[in-house]
Amino acid sequence: MANIIDDATIDYVGILAKLALSDEEKEQAKKDMGRMLDYIDKLGELDTEGVEPMTHLFPVQNVFREDVVTNGDDRDSMLKNAPGEKNGMFVVPKTIG
Amino acid sequence: MNILDYTAVELSDRIKKGEIKVAEAVEAVFARIDEQEETLNCYITLEKEKALARAGEVQKQIDEGTLTGPLAGVPFAIKDNLCTEGIRTTCASKILSNFVPAYSAEAVANLERAGAVIIGKTNMDEFAMGSTTETSYFGDTRNPKDTEHVPGGSSGGSAAAVAAGECFAALGSDTGGSIRQPASHCGVVGMKPTYGTVSRYGLVAYASSLDQIGPLTKDVTDCAAVLEAIASHDAKDSTSMMREDTDFTLALVKDVKGMRIGIPKDYFTEGLDSEVKEAVLAAAKVLEAQGAVLEEFDLSLVEYAIPAYYTIAMAEASSNLERFDGVKYGYRTEDAKDLHAMYKKSRSEGFGAEVKRRIMLGSFVLSSGYYDAYYLKALKAKALIKKAFDHAFAKYDLILGPVAPTTAPKLGESLSDPLKMYLSDIYTIAVNLAGLPAISVPCGEDKKGLPIGLQLIGDCFAEKKLIQAAYTYEQCKEGN
Repeated sequence: MANIIDDATIDYVGILAKLALSDEEKEQAKKDMGRMLDYIDKLGELDTEGVEPMTHLFPVQNVFREDVVTNGDDRDSMLKNAPGEKNGMFVVPKTIG
Repeated sequence: MNILDYTAVELSDRIKKGEIKVAEAVEAVFARIDEQEETLNCYITLEKEKALARAGEVQKQIDEGTLTGPLAGVPFAIKDNLCTEGIRTTCASKILSNFVPAYSAEAVANLERAGAVIIGKTNMDEFAMGSTTETSYFGDTRNPKDTEHVPGGSSGGSAAAVAAGECFAALGSDTGGSIRQPASHCGVVGMKPTYGTVSRYGLVAYASSLDQIGPLTKDVTDCAAVLEAIASHDAKDSTSMMREDTDFTLALVKDVKGMRIGIPKDYFTEGLDSEVKEAVLAAAKVLEAQGAVLEEFDLSLVEYAIPAYYTIAMAEASSNLERFDGVKYGYRTEDAKDLHAMYKKSRSEGFGAEVKRRIMLGSFVLSSGYYDAYYLKALKAKALIKKAFDHAFAKYDLILGPVAPTTAPKLGESLSDPLKMYLSDIYTIAVNLAGLPAISVPCGEDKKGLPIGLQLIGDCFAEKKLIQAAYTYEQCKEGN
């Protein structure tokens, strides 16, 4: 059955994905998502009863390391890429109205 | 002989014998770049001065005898999603167009320890999302074999640079075929190692459970040498595997006697171009003539690999790309009144259409109410696909098939229909889901002169068998 993506779903996905979409982009996204989901629905044909979802390929578990600092003070080199910086800190637009 | 005609290993050999200077090799590469780059656009960033300075240092170490490896002095290109300290790393996206990393990816650092000289960063699909290198913010790359055609993707710049002599070897990354498919389309060798063989530290993540870094090279010998140099266990990547069999160049042996090679019937059905099919089956015959035992079999589940892959990849992408928010690095919108608007506008202006498409679908399949139906279902499909490969490798040493259903498409043909583009990944994608190693080796051309690639797939950690078979084929194929 064809998936129909409505405006409310696209707005919700926009919030989850933190994207501001134009009306034109929304219409395109509705079509693209519906079509992709129709395609992905093919997985429904597979009998996965009793199959464990595979998140990791190899049985590597609990990869621990000692909690020791190995890198130096990279503050200044990290801040070089910041769009806004002041007194060794990142600057962002105001957060409280 | 022109310097650029040497393979990476041959070049290094001549450098170590004192016949060629490292700086000469770098100059030769840049001369070629000056001639062709305007047309091909293999690179996003070129660093000639840095490369020449580095060539001087490497030359000194070679002269002193402290640098003796098979890649010492070789000019390399690096895909632009691998961090390079002090060299801009954009992922071919506007959102990272001004990002200069403070550290290098482990694979890049390993390559430099082996004496490589980095000359620049290659073009790619934005965040490695695409199969043609046309989704790049920095324009498309042209296929050096025919500039009306795409080089494949997403590592299209790396493959084209190797094919065009704009470097001697390159690194790429492969999430669903992004090394093997462009290698096939450009007529070079490309390899995706077993998941966990090469550290992903410093690789800008697309789909972390599928991403793997690997070589794009002129021949199988170079491929083995590069893989040997970049493979390492790395505490900075928790999925990195501890392997002791990374002396891959030892597998450069011309011998496939008794090797059992399975040919999946389901890879040779409708949709496969007849010229590609003929070339791949002819390559299988070459291996058979050398003593390999061929057998056809049903791999099964082939049609479920693409929907499972795109569900998993897009879900991981939506999570991985949340970090691009205009706060700590990258592009920030000019006018945003508050923090939340700044996030949304920076991302909307900074990401291209394909990236947005994948982030949205990924957010959807992970969202409450759909997680079980889509994401968990895809992970279960992945388990079944892995099992199908396990079953095959109980009988065969290797699996042989095509890399892509067709040779390189024309520019502009693929992007109009994303789903159709996704379907062209059918022979490469299952390998990533199952974490397997696979190699693409040139095996002929179609009537238009576009290269065709042969894909060999191995069981996890069976890179040596792959290299041995690929090397044997390369040595024995027609024209060699």
